[in-house]
Amino acid sequence: MPDTPVVRLVDVHKTYVMGDQSVAALDGVDFSLDPGEFVAIMGPSGSGKSTLMHVIGLLTRPTSGQYFFEGQDVSSFSADELADLRSRRLGFVFQSYNLLARTTSLENVELPMVYAGVHADQQHERAMRALEIVGVPEMAEHISNQMSGGQQQRVAIARALVNDPSLILADEPTGALDTKSSEEIMNVFTQLNAERGMTILLVTHEPSVGRKAKRIITFRDGKIVGDGPTAEVFKHETIAL
Amino acid sequence: MSIIALVRVAWEAIVRNRVRSLLTMLGMIIGVSAVVITISIGVGAREAVSAQITGLGSNLLIVIPGSVTLNGVRTGTGAASTLTPEDGLAIAKLPKVAAVSPGVGVSAQVVAGENNWYTRISGVAPTFTYIREWHMASGSFFTDADDAASAKVCVLGQTVVENLFPGGENPLGKTVLIRNVPFTVIGTLARRGQSASGQDQDDVIMIPYTASMQRLTGTWFGGFVNVIAVSAADQPSIPLVQNEITELLRQRHRIVAGMDDDFDVRNLQDIANAAAASATTMEFLLAGVAVVSLLVGGIGIMNIMLVSVTERTREIGLRIAVGARSASILLQFLIEAVVLSGVGGLIGVVLGIVGAGAVAIFGHWPMAVPVVGILLAFSFAALTGIFFGYYPASKAAHLDPIEALRFE
Repeated sequence: MPDTPVVRLVDVHKTYVMGDQSVAALDGVDFSLDPGEFVAIMGPSGSGKSTLMHVIGLLTRPTSGQYFFEGQDVSSFSADELADLRSRRLGFVFQSYNLLARTTSLENVELPMVYAGVHADQQHERAMRALEIVGVPEMAEHISNQMSGGQQQRVAIARALVNDPSLILADEPTGALDTKSSEEIMNVFTQLNAERGMTILLVTHEPSVGRKAKRIITFRDGKIVGDGPTAEVFKHETIAL
Repeated sequence: MSIIALVRVAWEAIVRNRVRSLLTMLGMIIGVSAVVITISIGVGAREAVSAQITGLGSNLLIVIPGSVTLNGVRTGTGAASTLTPEDGLAIAKLPKVAAVSPGVGVSAQVVAGENNWYTRISGVAPTFTYIREWHMASGSFFTDADDAASAKVCVLGQTVVENLFPGGENPLGKTVLIRNVPFTVIGTLARRGQSASGQDQDDVIMIPYTASMQRLTGTWFGGFVNVIAVSAADQPSIPLVQNEITELLRQRHRIVAGMDDDFDVRNLQDIANAAAASATTMEFLLAGVAVVSLLVGGIGIMNIMLVSVTERTREIGLRIAVGARSASILLQFLIEAVVLSGVGGLIGVVLGIVGAGAVAIFGHWPMAVPVVGILLAFSFAALTGIFFGYYPASKAAHLDPIEALRFE
């Protein structure tokens, strides 16, 4: 692929020290993500997949190894430079939505633009457009507790994509939703990837959710144990099941 | 990101949590209003005192007899009989003395027609109205001729008029019996109200001091007066006049060096200064209490900001995740603290002015709005916000975003 990978990890380790024990959450991860990919990281809880998300999301630094974000080695970046990258190049979607309480959807979606220094005049319009993309423009003036879980997660996705990031990271985005809403949310991701070429990396332990991605990375004990196109992985998985 | 955007973020956070914001501000509101009220009380009290003291008379000096020692028992100041009308005449001859009035006071039952009343009878000279800046309501004050003749004329204070001549009867020309001596009413005094010590200044009858000594107290020959009121020519010469009176009276009373004066010359300016000094002390005391309450208000802000940081851990985590620099988080919470204390301070200033007004109405003294005090209280409030807001803000700014996002 001629494009620079959005994410490239080279032998990344992340070790947590708890008391006199050290736990290797990431144990030599090599991984590359190209623009336009839609990848699901799957694995049992405690396998280190959340830590991988945090490292890729620039919320924590690896203990060792190299991380190239859009070709730049970010290990030498200052905290402020990382914050600016998160603000302009990354979008986060969480399991629990994390919308601000007593705040309208519109204001929630405007939040990343505030930190990215987008001019106040443009914020409203861009936030509205993002809400339209995820299909809830009518929720603009609603506050979070007036909306269903599915609607809240759509607003959260709008917030993640409003700064037009190069990567959307979704951590168990359907974990708090019923089957129908999960389905709808996954359709939003599929659509974003298909129609807008948005690069998406999501973490899940639900096969039905993972199945929507184009590529599956299986994770166990801080290591990548499987990596391949969805169809192929699920062929094996079925045998395993 | 710009400061304006941060202020907006902070303001939105404050408005979203109205109740908590109000509770946070409560300490500041109480602190600042306490400062404004106390300073206003201090300034108002000082003004009231100085107004009362200047109201006593123009450039007034009071000469009163000293104490006496009888068989080793010392009486209080004013008990001795040492001042004579002649002392008064001698003082009047001093340069820089504008007017002198001896004073002889008795209290007596007075009768007018069917009404009677018990009041003070002040024997004074015609210069008295000038010295004490009293004005007439009707008729005229007695003259030097009345003084010389020990004339049986009198001037009534308004309280006496009300009690002896109820029903709006005109007292001029009527006769008032003072200790059974008939005096003709030739004038009434303008109302003056309460003195600084709460005495009714209108409950008085004024007669020539000569008449008082000759006809009421019977102390005319070799008689003594209770007080000599002296008006200095102008304010700067008050200390000079005070010294000259002391010199003169020591000579006249044959007091040799080393002996104590048998009289006392009181300068009302000293009393005014003493009163002002005590008002200042009071002000400092009150201001100290107020500053402590401001400090407590600041600590209140810090406590609630700390709780707020914990409560909003996830919000902070999210803000960091979507790209807030730690300086932005720090500034947001700092601005929140400053805005809270600032708005609290503003509300406190308004409440303080209202409270000061109420106190002024109930305390019957001039309403003083101390601009400097208000500015001080307000800027102190804002400073307190920065000082006590910094710790919670830096706590917020240094949260680990991963932990913060997981926080339940």
